[in-house]
Amino acid sequence: MKKEDFKDNEYIDKLVEELNASGANVVVGSIDRLINWGRANSLWPLCFGTSCCAIEFMHLGAARHDMARFGFEVARNSPRQADYIMVQGTIVHRMAPVLVRLYEQMAEPKYVIACGGCTVSGGPFKGSYCVVEGIDKILPVDVYVPGCPPRPEAMFYGLMQLQRKMKVERFFGGVNRQEKIKDFLAKHPEKAEAMK
Amino acid sequence: MVDLKEKIGKLCAAATFEDGEVLRVCVDAKDWRALAEQLKNDAELNFDYLVAVIGCDWKETLGCVYELTSTATRAMLEVKVTTADRENPMLPSVSDLWKVALLQEREVFDFYGIKFIGHPDMRRLFLRNDWVGYPLRKDYDANPEINPIRLNLEENEDDSVTYVEENGKVVEKKYKLFEPEDYVVNFGPQHPSTHGVMRLRTLIDGETVSRVVPMPGYIHRGIEKLCESHSYPQTLMYTDRMDYMSAHQNRHCLCLCIEKALGIQVPRRAQIIRVMMDELMRLSSHLLSYGCMTMDMGATTAFFYGFREREQILDIFDKTCGARMSLHYNVIGGVVADIHPDFIKDVRELCAIMPERLKEYHKLFTGNVIAQTRTKGVGVITKEEAINYGITGPSARATGYSCDVRKHSPYAIYDELKFDEVLETAGDSFARYMVRMREIEQCVSLLEQLCDLLEKEEGNEICAKVPKLIKLPVGHWFQQVEASRGAFGVYIESDGGKNPYRMHFNSPCLNLIGVVDLSCSGYKIADLITITASLDYVIPDIDR
Amino acid sequence: MNIFDFSVATNWLDNLLQSVMPGWAATVIECVIIGVLLLAVYSVLALFYIFYERKLCAWFQCRLGPMRVGPWGILQSFADMFKILIKELIRLENIDRFLFALAPYLVIVASMLSFAVLPWGKGLQIIDFNIGVFFMIAASSIGVLGILLAGWSSNNKYTLIGAMRSGAQMISYELSVGLSIMTMVVLAGTMSITGLVEAQADGWFIFKGHIPAVIAFIIYLIAATGETNRGPFDLPEAEHELTAGYHTEYSGIHFGFFYLAEYLNLFIVSGIASLMFLGGWMPFHVPGWEGFNGIMDYIPSVVWFLGKAFFVSFIIIWFKWSFPRVRIDQLLALEWKYLMPIGLFNLVLMTLVVVYGLHF
Repeated sequence: MKKEDFKDNEYIDKLVEELNASGANVVVGSIDRLINWGRANSLWPLCFGTSCCAIEFMHLGAARHDMARFGFEVARNSPRQADYIMVQGTIVHRMAPVLVRLYEQMAEPKYVIACGGCTVSGGPFKGSYCVVEGIDKILPVDVYVPGCPPRPEAMFYGLMQLQRKMKVERFFGGVNRQEKIKDFLAKHPEKAEAMK
Repeated sequence: MVDLKEKIGKLCAAATFEDGEVLRVCVDAKDWRALAEQLKNDAELNFDYLVAVIGCDWKETLGCVYELTSTATRAMLEVKVTTADRENPMLPSVSDLWKVALLQEREVFDFYGIKFIGHPDMRRLFLRNDWVGYPLRKDYDANPEINPIRLNLEENEDDSVTYVEENGKVVEKKYKLFEPEDYVVNFGPQHPSTHGVMRLRTLIDGETVSRVVPMPGYIHRGIEKLCESHSYPQTLMYTDRMDYMSAHQNRHCLCLCIEKALGIQVPRRAQIIRVMMDELMRLSSHLLSYGCMTMDMGATTAFFYGFREREQILDIFDKTCGARMSLHYNVIGGVVADIHPDFIKDVRELCAIMPERLKEYHKLFTGNVIAQTRTKGVGVITKEEAINYGITGPSARATGYSCDVRKHSPYAIYDELKFDEVLETAGDSFARYMVRMREIEQCVSLLEQLCDLLEKEEGNEICAKVPKLIKLPVGHWFQQVEASRGAFGVYIESDGGKNPYRMHFNSPCLNLIGVVDLSCSGYKIADLITITASLDYVIPDIDR
Repeated sequence: MNIFDFSVATNWLDNLLQSVMPGWAATVIECVIIGVLLLAVYSVLALFYIFYERKLCAWFQCRLGPMRVGPWGILQSFADMFKILIKELIRLENIDRFLFALAPYLVIVASMLSFAVLPWGKGLQIIDFNIGVFFMIAASSIGVLGILLAGWSSNNKYTLIGAMRSGAQMISYELSVGLSIMTMVVLAGTMSITGLVEAQADGWFIFKGHIPAVIAFIIYLIAATGETNRGPFDLPEAEHELTAGYHTEYSGIHFGFFYLAEYLNLFIVSGIASLMFLGGWMPFHVPGWEGFNGIMDYIPSVVWFLGKAFFVSFIIIWFKWSFPRVRIDQLLALEWKYLMPIGLFNLVLMTLVVVYGLHF
C-alpha cells in the first residue's frame, strides 16, 4: 500500500524524524534496513484469542483472506518463538497476570497489537467489576485495531501498520534486548546487582 | 399428569406456591433437601433434569431459584429456596442428586457467597480466589481499590474446602485438590486447543489422563451484573458476545423472554427471518466446530474447507445485518432492518452447494481410518449421565437423549416446520461429530422451507409496535431456545423498573465442561483434545 | 550411458590443488571447500523446503501462500531467516544449561551427517565407502538424542512429554526404516551408495524388485514419516496437544535449528527413498527405447536426484496436511503389530526372490 492510503501517518513520521535526527552510519544503517526487512516480513503471531476476535483471526488465516500471503501464517503456540502477540478479546482480572507472563516469555524484539474494542478500552464491557479496561494498562501496545470484532481487513491494516513501524525502527541501538536492559538499569539502578 | 400443587403440598407442608407460567414452589433452606430428594426420586414427579440454579439477592433474603424439568413428562417446576442469613448464608447442596449443580452451585457461591452444605468442592468458579466480596449482591462495593488489577498469579490454587453437616453443626473441612507428588499438566489458559482461555488442570499418569479439573473464569466479564445497570434494549447486545457462535439464537432467546413479559406479538415475517438467521447461525457454528475438531486432531486442511463455507454464510450476514460476527439483528418486537434484496437468492445458493460440500467433508475426514479409530469409543457419555449432568444440544443428542427445545417446546414458527431431531446412540466423540454433520443437513432442509415461507410474506412488517421506554411488569420469566450448542436459557426478574432486577443466562457450555472429567478420565492425552473438541464448548459462553 | 560425470570436475580441482601444494594442504583445503559448500547447500535447501511446504499446503487448502515478499513470495524464507537470526536467545532459570544448549546442535549435526552421504549426481558425492547405507542409518539416529535432551533439559512438562513420545516413536520407527532399507540392500547386494545407484542403471529397484520392493517402499514411506516426526506422526511436537512439544522453550536461532533440521530431515528421507527405490540420480530408462533413453540422459543427474526427492517429499507433505494425527498407543501398535512383522516377512520374501532369481 502507498503511504497516502494509510490513515494515521503522524506517528510513523515522528519515528522517522527521530531516526534522521540522531543519524546512523552507512554500514549499520544498511544492515539495519536488511534486518528490518526480514523482521517486518516475517511476523509470527502468538495464538492468543480469548473471545470473538479470535474467530475473526481464524478467518484471517483461512482461505479467503489468507494471511500467509504476507508471511504471517506461522502461528506459534509457544510464546518463545513468536514475534508479536495479537490480543484478541477481553482481558479480565484473572487473565491479566497470565497475559503479562506470556508477554514476558516472548523473545525480543516483540510487539503487542490490541485487537478489538475490549482490548482497546474495555469496549462493551466497560464498567464491569472484573474487566481490564484497555490492555495498555498492563502492556505496552504498538498498534490498536478497533472494532467489535474488527473485520479481517481491519486486522490486515493493523498488521501492515506494525510492519511500517518495524521498518523505520532501528535494530542496533534500538529495539533489541541489550538496549532494553540498559534502559531498565538506568531507571532502576538498584536492580543492577541482581542482573549480574 | 399429576397435580403438582397437591402432590408437593403433601410432601412438604411448609411449602407455599406462586402461580405463573410455571408453578413456583417456595421453601425454606431447611426443607429444601428433603423436598429435592422427593422431586428427583418420586416415580410420579421424576424431575430428573435440573435446568438451572439461579442465585438471587432479594435484599432481605438470599437464595436460589431451581428450574426443574422432567424429561419423561416434560413437566416444569420452579423452586425458590431462601435463607435470611446474609452474613453466612448456607443452603443444602443438591449436587449429589443432579450433578449439573456441581458447577452451578459454585457459580452461585462465587456471585452471592452462598455456601452449599455437602458440595464437595466449594471454591470460587469465575473470580480469582483472592477476590474480596461477592459481586452480584446488591450491597457489593464496586470500588476498584478493593479489587485492583492484581498482576501476581493466584496462590493456593490447590486449596479446596467442603462444608459438611455433623451432629447438627456445619463443619468446614479443608483439603488439597492435588497431592504434591501428582504430575499435573495445565492445559490452558493459553493453549491452542482449548478454543479460548479455558484451563484444564490435568492429572496425568504417563500418557493417561487420571483426572481433569476445569478452571473457567479467564474470560468472566460480569455480564449478568452489567445487565442490571442497563435498560432492556441495551442488555440485548451482551447476548451476541457470550456464545458468539450462536449470537442470533441467544439474542432471539432474550427477545422472546422480554416479549413474553410484555405480551408483544411478533409479526410473522419477523419470526421467519429470525428462524432463518438462527438456522444460518447453527450451520455456521457446526462448520466451525467441524473445522476446529479436525484441526485439533491434526487434519489442518479440513479446517480450511469448513471455513470456506463459513465465509459464504458470513457474507449473507454481512449483507443483511451489516456485520460478520456481532450481529445485533433481533430487537424487541422483531428485527432491526429488512433483509437485503439478495438474501433469499444467497440462501438458496448456499443450500444448493451444501450437500456437495458435505460429501467432500466426509471424504476428507469422516471416512479416514485414523479419524475413525481416534473418535469411535472415545469419551463415552451415557444417556443417564447426559441428563444428570444437564448437558444439552448435539453433545447430548449423541447419547440418544432427545432434548431439542425446538421439538419439545417450540418457539417462533418451529412447530410449522418439518425437520428431524438428529439422534445417535453411541455417545462417543464420533457420535457427537456425526450429530453435527447430520444437523447441517437438517439446517439446509429447514432453510429451504423457510425461503418458501419468506417469499409468501414479501413486504409485510418486520417489527411490532413497541413502547419507547420498555418497562417490564413485576414478575419473573424463564425462556429457553435451542442454541448451536444446546438449550440456552434466560431468566429475568423484574421489579417494575426500566432495568432488570436480575438477569441470568443459563448457558449450555457451562454444563458441557462439567462432563470433561467424566468423559476424559482413563483416556490418553490426545483423547482429551478429541473429546473437548467434540464437546465443542465456547469459553465466553461458560464464563459470561 | 553418456550422462555427465561430475567426477571430471572434482578430479580436475584435486589435481590442480595437488600440483601447487603438498598433499595434506590440498586435503585440508578440499575439506574446507566441501564443508562450506555443504553448509551453503544445506541452508539453501532448508529455506527452499520451508517455502515449498508453505506453498504446497496453501495449494491443498485453496489458498495462495506467501505472495508479498519477492515475486510469488520466494524471498519469504529469507525474511524468516533474518528474523530468526536476530531474535533473542532467552536465558532460562532452573534448566540444565549445558544440555539445553547442546540439544539443537546434536539435531543439526545428525541431519548434516546423513545429508553428507547422499549421492547428488554422478560423481558428486562427498564420501563413498562400502558401508555408506550403514553410516547413513547410524548418523540419522543421533537426532533422537538431541530431541530427547531438548525435552528433558527444558524442565517443562510439555517438553518432557514430547521428548518421551519422540524417544518411543523414533526408536520404534527406526526399526522399520532399517528393515525396509535392508530389504533393498539384499536386492542390490551392496551397502555402498554408489554401488546401489549403479545397480539401478538398467531399472529402478522399485521395478526390478516388484512386489517386495513395493511393500518395502510403502513401509519405508510410513516409517520415515514417523522417524522425522511429521504428520500424521508428529506427536512429539503435536501442536494442539503439547503447544510446541519438545522445543517449546527454545527461542531464536536455537529454535531455528530445530526448524531447519525438521525440513532437512524431510529432504534426507526423501533422498534416501529416491536412492533406495527410485534409482538415485539414475535417469528413467526403458529397455529398448534408445531414443527415449538418450533424451533422458540429457537431463543432468543432479536434477534427476532432486526431482525424485522433491516428488517423495510431495507425497509426504500431502498426507501430512490431509490426515489427522494418530494417538501414541495407535502409533506404537502400528509399528510393532503391523509394520515390523510385515517388514520382517518382506525381508524373507526378498531374500527368496533374490535367491531364486525372480527379480527383473
